[in-house]
Amino acid sequence: MTGIARLVLQRLGLGLVTLLIVSVLIFWSVELLPGDAAQEILGQSATPETVAALRHQLNLDQPPMTRYTHWLQAMAHGDFGTSIANGLPVSKLISERLGNTLFLAAFAGIIAVPLALMLGILAALLRNSLFDRAASIFTLTAISFPEFFVAYILILFLSVKLGLFPSISNITPSTDFAERIYRSFLPALALTLAITAHIMRMTRAALINLFSLPYIEMARLKGASQGRVVMVHALRNALAPIVNVVVLNLAYLVTGVVIVEVVFVYPGFGRLLVDSVSKRDVPVVQAICLIISMTYILLNLFADIVSIVSNPRLMHAK
Amino acid sequence: MASGFPSRISRRQFGRMAATLSAGAAFLPLIGGAARAEPKRGGRLRIGSAGTNASESWDPATWGLSAIMGLGGFGCIYNNLVEVGSDGTLMPELAESFEAAPGAKTWTFKLRSGVTFSNGKTLTADDVVASINHHRGPDSKSSAKPIVAGIADIKSEGPDTVVFELEGGNADFAYLLSDYHLVIGLAADGKVDWNAHIGTGGYTLTEYEVGNRALLTRRNDYWKSGAAWFDEVEIIGIDDVAARMNAVLTGEVDVISNADIATVGRVKARSDVVVEEVTGTQHFTMPMFTDVAPFDNVDVRLALKYAVDREEMVKKILNGHGKIANDQPIAPANRYYDADLPQRPYDPEKAKFHLKKANLEGLKVDLHAADAAFQGALDTAVLYSEQAARAGITINVVREPNDGYWSNVWTKKPFVMCFWQGRPTEDWMFSQVYAADAPWNDTHWKNPQFNKLMLEARSELDDAKRKQMYGEMQRLVSDDGGVIIPMYANYVWIRRAELTHGPHLSSISALDGSKCGERWWFA
Repeated sequence: MTGIARLVLQRLGLGLVTLLIVSVLIFWSVELLPGDAAQEILGQSATPETVAALRHQLNLDQPPMTRYTHWLQAMAHGDFGTSIANGLPVSKLISERLGNTLFLAAFAGIIAVPLALMLGILAALLRNSLFDRAASIFTLTAISFPEFFVAYILILFLSVKLGLFPSISNITPSTDFAERIYRSFLPALALTLAITAHIMRMTRAALINLFSLPYIEMARLKGASQGRVVMVHALRNALAPIVNVVVLNLAYLVTGVVIVEVVFVYPGFGRLLVDSVSKRDVPVVQAICLIISMTYILLNLFADIVSIVSNPRLMHAK
Repeated sequence: MASGFPSRISRRQFGRMAATLSAGAAFLPLIGGAARAEPKRGGRLRIGSAGTNASESWDPATWGLSAIMGLGGFGCIYNNLVEVGSDGTLMPELAESFEAAPGAKTWTFKLRSGVTFSNGKTLTADDVVASINHHRGPDSKSSAKPIVAGIADIKSEGPDTVVFELEGGNADFAYLLSDYHLVIGLAADGKVDWNAHIGTGGYTLTEYEVGNRALLTRRNDYWKSGAAWFDEVEIIGIDDVAARMNAVLTGEVDVISNADIATVGRVKARSDVVVEEVTGTQHFTMPMFTDVAPFDNVDVRLALKYAVDREEMVKKILNGHGKIANDQPIAPANRYYDADLPQRPYDPEKAKFHLKKANLEGLKVDLHAADAAFQGALDTAVLYSEQAARAGITINVVREPNDGYWSNVWTKKPFVMCFWQGRPTEDWMFSQVYAADAPWNDTHWKNPQFNKLMLEARSELDDAKRKQMYGEMQRLVSDDGGVIIPMYANYVWIRRAELTHGPHLSSISALDGSKCGERWWFA
């Protein structure tokens, strides 16, 4: 077990280095964008004098290196800083929306992952049957349409025509849990449709691959039940690729849902990121991107650990 | 502005418009005639609005087009010294009365007594001085700085009198104070803490999620009677136009701004929602640098103006939700709009004639466009290049990124797409965009006669003379100026049928000049 602990610590250390590199890249990317926060905030009503005054107030007239160092120093003390555009603390701006994004991701994940695994297992067992084909056609169709289109279709039928669900998911901090579930159902469904195919196909492929191996045949020959063959013999060995694809999709749920957020008016942080980039609001962009990077790093770490634990051979590397 | 738009159309003008507009073009809803129920209190007004932004700030110096700031800040939390009513008349608001000394250089505003802020403090002249000064001075970062630039000094004379000294006479000065940046906040030591959002308006802010949603609750001690009918006003940012349409059709919100003009026609048959539109001062423009070849030649400018088929643009770009314009920014909704200025037709032959005169037949120019200028700007540019081709002009449409359009393309490239909200007064519009030294002179147009007239008209108090002067200025911009103005775009919105309002709708901006929270009610 110490091997695992060491690996985790090592990977977390590397993760910190990655975050530092990411922060430099983000800072310079935003610097490279045309225009700065002062120009973007004032927009069409900017005049040279007001831009200069605003720049001075926001310390944008200091050299980029100085600004980055200041930001890094504050960050090292756990201070995300304040938004350039509206002067509010970044932590306050983000926390609420981050919570909403995680809620939606979790909601979609709870529906999608078991559903996809189940469909994948069944499809592998009933390979080339009508069910297999139907499941593949349905999930692949769903993933082939752009998300916003799926979202509009859901709204048209479930909201506008049938009136089962609200067309916008405007949840607020005071919304209670049941209402939250009800209001987030359509976006969660749209996201489910977007990721199910990927997980299901991977599960199916991994299992079918294993089913052809001699040890599965052996298990069948010795009279193990179908369920036991799948759950005990096959699934364990298929875990590594499946966990990887699940994790990849969960990370996507946290980071890539801007379009679904916009269509359903869901107050997650995707839109905050888009708005902040367009206003060159570096502290907010940094904070969100670091959270996104961290999500990827931690989820990947988790996937690797599961792979290693499920395959003891990897624990005793040469 | 003397009155609302419908009454401002002369019969002759109406005939001309009716003739020029296509049969399907939408006219203003007839909202004057029917008897209306008396306003009554109660309910929560939910506004689904475009244009919220996660980077918005409560500081009015930075208020751009943010819906929460416009509808919530300007429309509900704060008041101004004066306001432009739904019918277009200028009325005192926090001021009880105002008067200009002869020459319109010194303006005295008497404040209403007994006006309190939402924290119980009484409004004083110091609050007014601090709020206006917030936009002035060398350190000002305010978008409204050019608006208050003409003020030489502001001082309070006692607790209820504010005196403005101007650099030069300005007969329309009071109108400027109705601008949405110039709200009056509570001052302490000469500074206003805008993040406290304490105002004298009918509502206070109770819940706020940046760039997303604001909930405002009615004050029981609002000084204005017959206003602020709702118990609560909720502003929900809905950027996606399809989501906005769905929200109002399914009753998730009571009214939406910026309806989808492509599909709004299909909604009109429904009885549970009402489509409303107003032709205001908002217009789309194509400015060109008049000091850069080939645009420095007035014949080239005229050729480009004759090469626009305005009716086709209104029909195809605005789906009929707009009116053709005449290469000058003063709208029919303005007081001194000159209806006698002949409408410039689409005339490829005349365009060719002017090109020949300029010795520039087969003219080729680049037009820089992005939808950041206005929704449909790219399509407008492409349509224009087709129309101009028939006049032998090659317009090469250069697609620019939306991001950074205002800082990198507009006022930087010689021929671009742009839009203006328009202004309630002629002088305001002209002095900010068309005067030689205007901060946003995006055409570099410097016409001595125009500039002379502008200064004269500004301090002229005789109505007939002003009308004549402003008419002349409109003609100068149209014939000599460096801007093509093909059309005025209507404000189009959809409300639920149970939401209602008085007989007029402001033409300054959408949703009754952003004041629907104060002026509308549930039937």
